[in-house]
Amino acid sequence: MQEFTDAFGAAFALLASGDPELAEIVGLSLRVTLTAVAISCLVGMPLGALLAIARFPGRGAAAALLNALMGLPPVVVGLATYLLLSRSGPLGALGLLYTPAAMIIAQTILTLPLVAALTRQTIADLHAEHDETLRALGAGRWATALTLLHDGRFALTTAALAGFGRAAAEVGAVMIVGGNIAHATRVMTTAIALETARGELALALGLGMILLGISAAVNLAAMALRARAERAAHV
Amino acid sequence: MSEPASRPAAEQAAAPLSGPACGRPAGARAADRPAEPTRAAAARDPWPVRLDRVSVRRGGRAAVDALTLRLDPGGVLALMGPNGAGKSLTLRLLAGLIAPDEGAATWAGRPTPPRGAVGVVFQRPALLRRSTLGNVTHALALAGAPRRARRARAMALLAQAGLTHRADAPARALSGGEQQRLALARALACAPALLLLDEPTANLDPRATAQVEALLREVCAQGVTALVVTHDAGQARRVADEVAFLHNGRLTERTPAREFFARPASPEGRAYLEGRLLL
Repeated sequence: MQEFTDAFGAAFALLASGDPELAEIVGLSLRVTLTAVAISCLVGMPLGALLAIARFPGRGAAAALLNALMGLPPVVVGLATYLLLSRSGPLGALGLLYTPAAMIIAQTILTLPLVAALTRQTIADLHAEHDETLRALGAGRWATALTLLHDGRFALTTAALAGFGRAAAEVGAVMIVGGNIAHATRVMTTAIALETARGELALALGLGMILLGISAAVNLAAMALRARAERAAHV
Repeated sequence: MSEPASRPAAEQAAAPLSGPACGRPAGARAADRPAEPTRAAAARDPWPVRLDRVSVRRGGRAAVDALTLRLDPGGVLALMGPNGAGKSLTLRLLAGLIAPDEGAATWAGRPTPPRGAVGVVFQRPALLRRSTLGNVTHALALAGAPRRARRARAMALLAQAGLTHRADAPARALSGGEQQRLALARALACAPALLLLDEPTANLDPRATAQVEALLREVCAQGVTALVVTHDAGQARRVADEVAFLHNGRLTERTPAREFFARPASPEGRAYLEGRLLL
């Protein structure tokens, strides 16, 4: 229990000191995670919606594959991204390895299936309710997808938050493609891994508590925004 | 029973809908719509709407069985029959929402209905999580109406449905009757020639039912042709000019409404009105 008490102390001391390095790490963590989640939402939500609406051979298999990809091991994603971005890889010329951009790519690969699969389920339920009405009104597939994405906007915040949770807690992939370079690619999770390796368990746990606090704050903010929007729309 | 009892099938096929609720000649209808350019209206005309010996199989049986039905402009046709008779499937066939397993559904000789020519109101209104006004403007957007014209047109439809005062209210917060009137206003957004209603008042109290029926009569008086699927014999008496009776997926008779309620031609129709079971 001593470690937990020390961890609270370390977390409080870090926050109270206004450590610029901590601020830098938190800032980069949020930038990488939020960018990856935003890209996942922009691509994954329309993709999930179309998969829910379209009828084509192999649709069931595609849905099963998408669900399976939700469990992608981060280390494998990190390794695959590393091979793509390394100098000898097909995208090596872009020089993205060990940059925040590489970390965003890896986190996007991890979160996109999660966002798309949760969106598919949400939109499939809405589609069952609205399909005939929308077809009777002359809506094609894209119009139906966009209409249902708008109709399910409140439920879809859960998909975005799930993506945020997965990205914010992820360490394996960003460690491989980011390299945990101080002042360049160090984020909360890689900093925690580093302090753990150094034996600074209380500091590592303290950083973990700060990460948990940030994650909780983002979730609370999203839920508050959702509740406010729902009240405004009375739905 | 495989053939309609009251009149020969060929005679029925040519029969236009007409009567007190919507008794307008076909030619007068387009002229009664000042907002609709004549050429556009003609291009969207679905007449005649025909089901030629269509069958739909569900669960290994023919839920609709070699059904022939023709709709021409004018009037209200009530589609009646017991549960499982195939009424809702027939409505979906007429709307082009499902394809028959056998036979052909055609609109003015074409295999799909002209865009915006057929409006549908379902038993459950399935409103979007938008305002009352937003539901209608979105329907107008889907129909391709110019953005600038949508609000005014939507407000006119809401006024007709008696919902102006609820325009900014969330659609899902409306009462059951208001929701169904909104569904009707939404279905009218693209000025359909044919309006199909599937048990539109099944979940409503008598007052809300009367409001929906009044709106339907008003819409029909403006030249829209309607087909109403209903279990409610009272409603069919009040709004319909003709009654088509289905039993086990087959049309047993198509008769003027007064005649149907006075002397139903088919044993199935007679049993239904007498409240007897005929399996």
